[in-house]
Amino acid sequence: MNRGNRLPLAHIGVAVGAFGIAACMALMQALSRANLDLPFRSAQIYYLSVTAHGTLMALVFTTFFIMGLGYALTPRALGRPLVHEGLAWVSFWVALAGTLATVAAILSGKASVLYTFYPPLKAHPAFYIGATLLVVGSWGWGFVVLRTLRAWRREHAGVPIPLAVHGMATTIIVWYIATVGIAAEMLFLLIPWSLGIEKTIDPELARTLFWWFGHPLVYFWLLPAYVVWYAVLPRAAGGKLFSDNLARLVFVLFIVLSSPVGLHHQAMDPGIPAGWKLFHTFNTFWILFPSFITAFTVIASLEVAGRMKGATGLFNWISKLPWSDPLVASVLLSMLLFAFGGFGGAINAAYGMNAMIHNTAWVQGHFHLTVGSAVALTFMGTTYWLLPKLTGRDLELGLLAKVQPYLWFVGMMLFSFSNHITGLMGMPRRVFDASYGGDAFAARWKVLTGVSAVGGIFLFVSAAFFVMVVLGTWLAGRKTEQPAVEFAEPLEGAPAPLALLDRLGLWTVVAVVLVLLAYGYPIWHLITTSHFGSPPYTPF
Amino acid sequence: MNVDLYERIWMWGAAAIVVVFLTAIGISTFAYAVRPPSHIETIDPATVMQDPRFSTPGVTTLPDGSVHVTMIAMTFTFLPSEVHVPVGRPVTFRITSMDVTHGFEVTGTNVNTMVVPGYISQLTYTFREPGEHLVVCNEYCGVGHHTMQGKVIVDPAGTSARAPAVTP
Repeated sequence: MNRGNRLPLAHIGVAVGAFGIAACMALMQALSRANLDLPFRSAQIYYLSVTAHGTLMALVFTTFFIMGLGYALTPRALGRPLVHEGLAWVSFWVALAGTLATVAAILSGKASVLYTFYPPLKAHPAFYIGATLLVVGSWGWGFVVLRTLRAWRREHAGVPIPLAVHGMATTIIVWYIATVGIAAEMLFLLIPWSLGIEKTIDPELARTLFWWFGHPLVYFWLLPAYVVWYAVLPRAAGGKLFSDNLARLVFVLFIVLSSPVGLHHQAMDPGIPAGWKLFHTFNTFWILFPSFITAFTVIASLEVAGRMKGATGLFNWISKLPWSDPLVASVLLSMLLFAFGGFGGAINAAYGMNAMIHNTAWVQGHFHLTVGSAVALTFMGTTYWLLPKLTGRDLELGLLAKVQPYLWFVGMMLFSFSNHITGLMGMPRRVFDASYGGDAFAARWKVLTGVSAVGGIFLFVSAAFFVMVVLGTWLAGRKTEQPAVEFAEPLEGAPAPLALLDRLGLWTVVAVVLVLLAYGYPIWHLITTSHFGSPPYTPF
Repeated sequence: MNVDLYERIWMWGAAAIVVVFLTAIGISTFAYAVRPPSHIETIDPATVMQDPRFSTPGVTTLPDGSVHVTMIAMTFTFLPSEVHVPVGRPVTFRITSMDVTHGFEVTGTNVNTMVVPGYISQLTYTFREPGEHLVVCNEYCGVGHHTMQGKVIVDPAGTSARAPAVTP
């Protein structure tokens, strides 16, 4: 095995491990919500499990996978090795140590605060410190990738940044801006308070800092998926990228628009002026725009692929696509699910309409289409594509890899749609038991929670197939020549260098100004309003 | 930048959709006053029970005929957990928490707000039909979160608003 592959493999290994554990917990939760009497079913274990599932999936699986993807794609796209590889390994161990501390805190039952960890629910300090170390480790990763890009640009003056690295650098910039919020919440509020140094905490200030981080977090998940959609998928499907420049425009728009939007998660919060919620709502809606462009460009690239394979009619290019290729199938199905997720997201963010669905089962239905499908299913497909290139082994259990994306799709349709509907019917999210003591209104949710549980079973089988393929390939795959990573070529030929879209530093400055504009007054207002702190509570 | 004609049309279309969405939100906000609950008023969570604003939770009818429901959220109940309100008259809910963050959702309506300790949530709603509504806490508050429920009973016209005995 090529030594340089150890770094991405270590990250992807941790990611898949976290995914496997979290998938087991998800099965138990889906069954529990349908009120099936399982052995060892208890509210304590349910809420512990929800915390573990959310943390392992949304923070550990995603972050480690994205770091691994960054380390795998950057040197290949740039054609030069990473700089500071030692720092990259230190960052890996810091992130892993943090993850283990957080997971230990959760499994010991001392941190059942869910992955949103709103104070004044208080977890064991190891939960907060561990999560902070995970973020610190990811900062190291971002530094290594950005420094590698800088070294490459010095060697290649005037050459456009390879698109995959352009997208990866965008991901890192979005992540750096986002994590300022979580770092402030952890270092100034949660950690001192959980250690007893501070007696009280302002829960609303903590929520605001959390959502400063929490919404751009979803673009940190999504942008690496877009990197695969733009820079890998067209090639894997046998076509070319429809427009290279628009892909760059999309990435730049995400740098600018990802962060000044978090208050739309707090539309139902007291203590925050309505006008600022509206301002964030307006910003949020403009994020639909780059995703609309993505829909066109990626689908047009797929049409190019179909036509290059000889399709002629209006739609039969669709049937010419390699639907049995695990990467292509995963991405196509994830895009389809993401379309529904996008419509739902527009409702979530819509100021007035949010009241219908805020904190209902609709919300988990929504984000299982976005992070749970657009992102996770793309990452699974990417693993099938990338793992043979990193391990030098053929994909093992290929049939399972072909079936797995379809199982995920069916499971997610059942799970997500039933949750959207029960959410509209008022069923709250994150409840161990939705029967409310036999209440007649709550009884209407019963059938659909059963459908959701069936979806959960499909998803679990799909997740198990994925883990089996990864383990099988890694441990028992037939040794092969390491195939090269091939990136998509633009349809229009070599991209005309539109230097403005490569000036990532400039766009970062624009983004920072917008964040200060969007958060300066609301945070100043929260700090200066006479407010009362809360002591810690551990009712779990 | 050279953009394909169809994609150019699509981009204008996408921008138009966003503008339509934002216009709809603008109209609902400014013409119909659809605004999320954004009341700004603070309270010491340690002394909620002694605070004159919350020392007698329950239903009060103001001289102008509007109704106020004052409620305290705590692990794992609402105080009072059952309220009677009149049909067809504006009902203003005022809720705060004496411990962790809770949610207050009257199922079958758009009454939905976070209840954050240290802050008072306030929102007004007019029930159009008599009947019963299950109230649920929709923000995780601990191991008994799923048992935290209450009831809003909308009385038909002609009956007076009243609160049942306070049940802790």
